[in-house]
Amino acid sequence: MKILVCVKQIQDPEIAPGLFKVDEASNSVVAVPGIAQVISPYDEQAIEAALRIKEKTPEAKVVVITLGAASARDVLKHGLSMGADEAVLVEGPKNGSADGFVTASVLSEAIKKLAPFDLILTGRQSADLDAGVVACGLAELLGIPSVNFAKSVDVSDGNVVVDRVLDNGFEKIQVQLPALVTVSNEMGPARKPNLRETMKASRKPMQSWPQNDVNKDAGASQELIRLYVPIKEKHCEIIGGTSAGETAQMLVRKLRDGRLI
Amino acid sequence: MSALRVLVLAESSATEATPISLEQVALARKLAEPSGGQVSAIVLGPRSSDVDRQLISGGADKVYAAEESISYDPDVWVATISHLVSETSAGVVIFGHTSSGSDLAPRLAFRLSGSIATNCENAAIENGMIVATRVCYGGKARSVLRLSRNPAIITLRPGSLTPLAPDTSRVGETKSISANTEKARSKLLERKQEDVRGLRLETAKVVIGGGRGLGGPEGFKLLEQLASKLGAVVGASRVACDLGWCPPSMQIGLTGKTITPDLYIAVGISGASQHMAGCAGAKTIVAINSDAKAPIFADASIGIVGDYKELLPKILDEIQRLNS
Ligand SMILES: Cc1cc2nc3c(=O)[nH]c(=O)nc-3n(C[C@H](O)[C@H](O)[C@H](O)COP(=O)(O)OP(=O)(O)OC[C@H]3O[C@@H](n4cnc5c(N)ncnc54)[C@H](O)[C@@H]3O)c2cc1C
Ligand SMILES: Nc1ncnc2c1ncn2[C@@H]1O[C@H](COP(=O)(O)O)[C@@H](O)[C@H]1O
Repeated sequence: MKILVCVKQIQDPEIAPGLFKVDEASNSVVAVPGIAQVISPYDEQAIEAALRIKEKTPEAKVVVITLGAASARDVLKHGLSMGADEAVLVEGPKNGSADGFVTASVLSEAIKKLAPFDLILTGRQSADLDAGVVACGLAELLGIPSVNFAKSVDVSDGNVVVDRVLDNGFEKIQVQLPALVTVSNEMGPARKPNLRETMKASRKPMQSWPQNDVNKDAGASQELIRLYVPIKEKHCEIIGGTSAGETAQMLVRKLRDGRLI
Repeated sequence: MSALRVLVLAESSATEATPISLEQVALARKLAEPSGGQVSAIVLGPRSSDVDRQLISGGADKVYAAEESISYDPDVWVATISHLVSETSAGVVIFGHTSSGSDLAPRLAFRLSGSIATNCENAAIENGMIVATRVCYGGKARSVLRLSRNPAIITLRPGSLTPLAPDTSRVGETKSISANTEKARSKLLERKQEDVRGLRLETAKVVIGGGRGLGGPEGFKLLEQLASKLGAVVGASRVACDLGWCPPSMQIGLTGKTITPDLYIAVGISGASQHMAGCAGAKTIVAINSDAKAPIFADASIGIVGDYKELLPKILDEIQRLNS
């Protein structure tokens, strides 16, 4: 069984809001010195999901694949150190393309070269663009079914069974392989790279394909005309008070006066 | 510019369209109006004539409805919607940014080689093309995209727009459609959905949110007590959900619920941008946090620096005292 996991390198999404800056002249994010480029968290959880399957099906092979700049090798190495078996870098722009159609068509061509495969796992959305477009798009281009927002993924008898998170509940879905599944945070924390796999990682196969080899012309579907940080105009009034009781009284009065409660 | 046809995928119960569906219809109206275009809602799930009337008085000209509710299956739904888009030459399709909208919109976009913007707060027409504003970078930024291919497909974040005031004099027609018979490739084994009647996070006037600072599920009991006194609904940060202190349906934020209450009381929540993306529409935010440097104080209009364990019981007492 072959499981492909699509992973993306991004700027750490959990940096303090104050550190995040945009250059409005070029419509791009200003790289903050000292802020790490990381694997997008849901993609890390997608690797986790793949490795949980591998634990039950030891012959399964897990291949991590990314579209990005040479620096994205770091996220591939991260995947190999977690326990993935092989990695493929499709060389392209740093942090991938912002156009989901371009990313999905380049990845779909690369994935066709890696065929046959049984399961593709991705994150529910990249934690920089927060789009959630590439995965289902990829499934559509490859002509395979997809299931979104997995909490758990199990493979048996040529099927994948997914517990999927809904707005107000869960559903359990069974789909025939090959299929694509996107992983949500409800999957639970990803394992840390372990020493044994990290030692082996440098000997695991890592291929690098120039983007042009894979797809010469992936037409743009959209144009970014502006990127900006919304201005906050709030002023916070801190309620003091010499005791918890007094503070509580001041708050409740204030809310009552404002007819908020 | 020729008359623009806009389709909306409306979600509903048997008796009521969801609030986000009415926001979608309002946006559709805004986009269609300048060209004298038309707004049609598609209802494939459960519905009744009440739902149709609600969508029409909310701004739809036509409702395309499945005669019998089509059980949710992405293959069947995408094929059915895709067929209708082609048949009606729709230029824009608006989904809610919900679990099914997020599932269907990208597939439809790729199937029809259109353009797509998800997680949108608004959209407009500029030079005959759709320009959409979407939330990105964990809520820290907005990007404005020109959708250059046809059809333009959008998912709208709940709570972004105000639905139009219902106009019961509006007339519209309901047309029945049948499900595309494309073979479903997935099989539903089980579905557990919470009963969402009564007070809901999305529509509550007062919401109380709890985060990691509560220290455990017991903290949420205190929030529930306060909520019952205020007629409020309790929500949570993602961390509190991930730790298993409450179900994911209580999550507020970028990938959780969007709330727009008059009052949001955030307790033990640091104020990460991904959380604030779900509550920025609250009119007044009160933050209770033991760390004076917590980022939430930059978004709140009223703040208390202190331990919630000491403060909440006193706040409860005080409300009790005022009410008696
Ligand atoms: C891609 C992505 C998507 C995400 N989506 C969401 C989302 O939709 N919703 C969401 O909420 N998060 C989301 N997150 C997570 C988000 O980035 C933060 O990690 C999360 O919101 C933090 O939760 P918290 O505030 O409960 O915990 P923390 O950040 O740990 O904050 C706890 C706070 O409690 C305070 N505290 C501690 N003890 C007390 C006490 N006794 N009394 C009062 N205060 C106390 C602390 O000072 C601290 O400020 C997402 C993250 C990523 C990367
Ligand atoms: N450049 C990329 N390289 C590999 N996988 C990607 C890339 N961009 C997106 N993906 C995958 O597609 C998912 C959804 O991304 P997005 O549509 O950008 O939100 C991500 O969680 C990844 O699994």
